[in-house]
Amino acid sequence: MAVSFLDFEQPIAELEAKIEELRHVTAESKVNIKDEISKLQAKSRQLTKNIFANLTPWQITQLARHPQRPYTLDYIAAVFTDFQELHGDRMYGDDLAIVGGLARLEGRPVMVIGHQKGRDTKERVRRNYGMPKPEGYRKALRLMRLAERFRLPLVTFIDTTGAYPGVGSEERGQSEAIARNLYEMSVLGIPIVSVVIGEGGSGGALAIGVCDRLLMLEYATYSVISPEGCASILWKNADKKEIAAESMGLTAARLSGLGLVDEVLKEPLGGAHRDPQAMFETMRTALLRYLDALSAATPEALRASRNERIAGFGVYSETTA
Amino acid sequence: MSWFEKIMPSRIKTERRTRSVPEGLWIKCPSCDAVLYRAELERNLNVCPKCSHHMRIGARERLAMFLDEGDVFEIGAHVMPEDPLRFKDSKRYRDRLVSAQKNTGENDALIAVAGKLLGVDVVACAFEFRFLGGSMGSVVGERFRRSVDYCIEHRAALICFSASGGARMQEALYSLLQMAKTSAALTRLAREHLPFISVMTDPTTGGVSASLAMLGDLNVAEPRALIGFAGPRVIQQTVRETLPEGFQRSEFLLEHGALDMIVDRRDMRERLGAAIRLLLKLPPAATVA
Repeated sequence: MAVSFLDFEQPIAELEAKIEELRHVTAESKVNIKDEISKLQAKSRQLTKNIFANLTPWQITQLARHPQRPYTLDYIAAVFTDFQELHGDRMYGDDLAIVGGLARLEGRPVMVIGHQKGRDTKERVRRNYGMPKPEGYRKALRLMRLAERFRLPLVTFIDTTGAYPGVGSEERGQSEAIARNLYEMSVLGIPIVSVVIGEGGSGGALAIGVCDRLLMLEYATYSVISPEGCASILWKNADKKEIAAESMGLTAARLSGLGLVDEVLKEPLGGAHRDPQAMFETMRTALLRYLDALSAATPEALRASRNERIAGFGVYSETTA
Repeated sequence: MSWFEKIMPSRIKTERRTRSVPEGLWIKCPSCDAVLYRAELERNLNVCPKCSHHMRIGARERLAMFLDEGDVFEIGAHVMPEDPLRFKDSKRYRDRLVSAQKNTGENDALIAVAGKLLGVDVVACAFEFRFLGGSMGSVVGERFRRSVDYCIEHRAALICFSASGGARMQEALYSLLQMAKTSAALTRLAREHLPFISVMTDPTTGGVSASLAMLGDLNVAEPRALIGFAGPRVIQQTVRETLPEGFQRSEFLLEHGALDMIVDRRDMRERLGAAIRLLLKLPPAATVA
């Protein structure tokens, strides 16, 4: 599939188009322009490097939402084996915006859960653009409890704009579903590693993201609201999204600097979608390393350290009276 | 400084404020348009005597009318907001904080006090909606966490009156994480078999409704309060259809199973007091008094 380029990548796109053109020329004519192509390819790599060295938070937001970015099911297919997808919340339905199931990571059984966006229009609609409803969060909670009962570590992949704001969501208790997950995940007696692979949008993201270790891909974002939402509320103008993205500090680099993220996983040059295989390898290595480190901890120790971690969230000062 | 001196100045400030803000002797009910005598309305806990419309009230006023008269201790009063991201929109977050502090006389959006309810030890928290929309940032989360700690240490029940638009955007991911922090704190309270009563008042939405507010052992609401995850405007923009009558009001939530009960403000003390006594296996209040 042809790579689709974002607006700030246009210079790279033009260069790539030229390379593509030259390839066709080679096929038709006898002239050997291999050298020319490899020269241009090197130039394209350098250009990509330069552009990606100075991305703005808004450009990173666009990358986090890139339509070709690997999604949860791509990671599951490439990094795990023996995936048994499990469906339904046993109360209302099966929400396809969240997927989950049993799988093996290098032979070890784990539970894996994640938001799932759709690749084409039809699938996007089916998966509600990765925006879960209460039944999605309740399915996730059911699978977490199942994992706890069988002492399987939990891996979650975060990639959502946010929980779905609809009439049915409110009727079925969106708030309660999210709150319940936050509550239950904080005392789950199994290791939890969460990875923000794309968009980490507000409570809808956190509802599967209370964890022992939080990882973030280099061009993923994580915040309390989308830059557009923030702009329309605070600036009363959604067009201020670029400044909002700047203010919110939603990038992996910034959040890691604030100590809110345990590790930033480096993406291939140009983003995860330019070389998914390399991204999957990085993911596999990181997950193994964190799960190994947590595997010896008892349920009590995990609960205690997670609780301590969560209680430490926030920045405030204290005056002495 | 003793606890008494600590609490007194803010009480005095509150008194002065309620008298000075709307000067008029007469107030028009926003719901039924009845013209009401201010003193009478206040005696009626700011509930319209004609149509029972529950007007929004401040956090101090709320706590004063709810708890027994007598000693109270304010929890986390010296926990103060910071600006870790140096956030700036059309105004700087720091400036917004200062003006909110000046306007409300509070230093953040949650007030937590320990006192008694019908003779039972409780900690009561209330959101101050006039402080940046009652938004939840690091200070709110920390005061809530300390309230839980206080309850565990003193074997007290926890009651929280929510009035909030949600998480505080100016603290970005920090404020989102307060949802996890407040929810996790409640698991410790539950382990100690101490009750948490969540009272949702107008409005309770966003990150506050999707964390501590929906996690009550009892979920209670005042009549006609707006309660929901997403605001009605956002939902309307998403679904592009008119929202059903009474959508996201307390009565709607009760009907859909999200609430245990709707309680009139004037009955709040008695109803919650009785419920807490039942949960803690204490005799009814009347037999003790």
